[in-house]
Amino acid sequence: MSQWETVIGLEVHVQLATASKIFSGAANRFGAEPNRQASAVDLGLPGVLPVLNEAVVRMAIRFGLAVDAEIAGTTQFARKNYFYPDLPKGYQISQLDHPIVGRGHLDIIVPGNDGDTVKTIGITRAHLEEDAGKSIHDQVPGLTAVDLNRAGTPLLEIVSEPDLRSAAEAVAYLRELHAIIRDLGISDGNMNEGSMRCDANVSIRPRGESKLGTRTEIKNLNSFRFLEKAIEFEVERQQEILESGGRIRQETRLYDAERNETRSMRSKEEAEDYRYFPDPDLLPVTITPAQIEAVRAEMPELPRARRERFMKQYGLSGYDSRMVASDHATAAYFEACVAVAGDAKLTANWVMGELASVLNREEKDIDTAPVAPAALGRLISRIQDDTISSKIAKTVFEIMVTDGGEADAIIEARGLRQMSDSGELERLVDSVIADNPDQVAQYRAGKTKLLGYFVGQIMKATGGKANPGQLNELLRARLDGGS
Amino acid sequence: MAIDAEQVRRIAHLARIGLAADEADRYIDDLESILTMVERMHAVDTSGVTPLAHPIDVSQPLRPDRVTESDQRDAYQADAPAVANGFYLVPRVVE
Repeated sequence: MSQWETVIGLEVHVQLATASKIFSGAANRFGAEPNRQASAVDLGLPGVLPVLNEAVVRMAIRFGLAVDAEIAGTTQFARKNYFYPDLPKGYQISQLDHPIVGRGHLDIIVPGNDGDTVKTIGITRAHLEEDAGKSIHDQVPGLTAVDLNRAGTPLLEIVSEPDLRSAAEAVAYLRELHAIIRDLGISDGNMNEGSMRCDANVSIRPRGESKLGTRTEIKNLNSFRFLEKAIEFEVERQQEILESGGRIRQETRLYDAERNETRSMRSKEEAEDYRYFPDPDLLPVTITPAQIEAVRAEMPELPRARRERFMKQYGLSGYDSRMVASDHATAAYFEACVAVAGDAKLTANWVMGELASVLNREEKDIDTAPVAPAALGRLISRIQDDTISSKIAKTVFEIMVTDGGEADAIIEARGLRQMSDSGELERLVDSVIADNPDQVAQYRAGKTKLLGYFVGQIMKATGGKANPGQLNELLRARLDGGS
Repeated sequence: MAIDAEQVRRIAHLARIGLAADEADRYIDDLESILTMVERMHAVDTSGVTPLAHPIDVSQPLRPDRVTESDQRDAYQADAPAVANGFYLVPRVVE
């Protein structure tokens, strides 16, 4: 075990899935042509006034309830002042002193060698703010091109306590947050499109020390993998500096995925001075207990409750339920599939195994899977009723993926039905035994591993259609029983 | 409260205000008199007073989540100093 302890806190920005922006009636959609969704308010033209979107408040309350947080009775917006071309007003409307969501906590599951452990991570706060536009530096030579479509997109910034102790814990935390915001329907969580972005505050300290070390903030972490890699790199970098007698500079660092390294962006020693002050354009927002209760009444099932339900209702193991119940799209697929298939464990194996690898290969999400859950369920039920073997089922599944179609029709059309006539199988077993006297002698002399050889011969002869259970039984009876 | 020329230049930089060399001294006097007034307010006991975020005692009206703005890019960009392919153009901000 290293003499150093890693301390990580995450700041996660979540774009809220509203129809319109946080302070204007412009559309909030990803991928529009540049500046087609930038209204006078988003552009910061003189004389305009921001008006807060009601849905944004509701979504923030939803999140707050999901992490058992205090919801503020009164919440206030503030101006965070800085200059950058993609921030047209010269300030970002954000929250400082009275965030909408106060202290809460989130349980994460940390996979380990000795099984999973549950750890509670503190959530410091979550506040509302507007996103900035985008600056593009390679569009026009020598100039910066600015697209303000994203300006005014509602963001919920979720700040964790420095409770995370490894890159793996940070990833587990981000995954759980991701699952929750998707379940809550407050964001699509699409990290490629920037719907969920993450900054990590990373420091190390000698094990046993209670004082925090100097931290660096790593920006630009737009995937779970990059978060893990960047933290691992940064921890190693800080260890090397401290072990050679150096000192960590408090600074913002950028993660470069191509080189897998972090590099200095700007020093925080000349601390940014944002000169926050309450935004005079926006009055304090009052949230009544009745409003909070109305939101509570429509809370959906969350990942943790669903994992527990799957273990109880379907008898799945902790590991299986974590794999299929954490993400709501995967859970929905599993439930539709098992309703047809019947066998929950077998269904979970197919969803985590064959289906996941096809989705991975075809770069598809589970909600656009090439095989519908009921169709996979019917295929799985053909394994259970011994119509086909698991191995043949994989072949059928591949055909369903590439050509479409139903399992039963494919099994019939290609003659894949398992050989269930024991008379025919017996004849095959007898002839293979007769044709291979040497192997039979070796088997009987104790080389029982040769059973696989006989199985292989018969599978070859039947095109894989022999019922493996029945075949093993027959072979053993013949070989062990003498004659 | 004493302010020096370096602080004045720093504040001016943060607000992107250009200062002539001789202007800093004048602003030292202005800012110090403002801060002296603020210091006088420190004498008032505010321990039982709720901080005021806004002088108007009503809460923020909310807007229903509906798209009410149409695309007016051409009109907005007619006033911009430089545009191309729908983007606003500004001097390059990174090396």
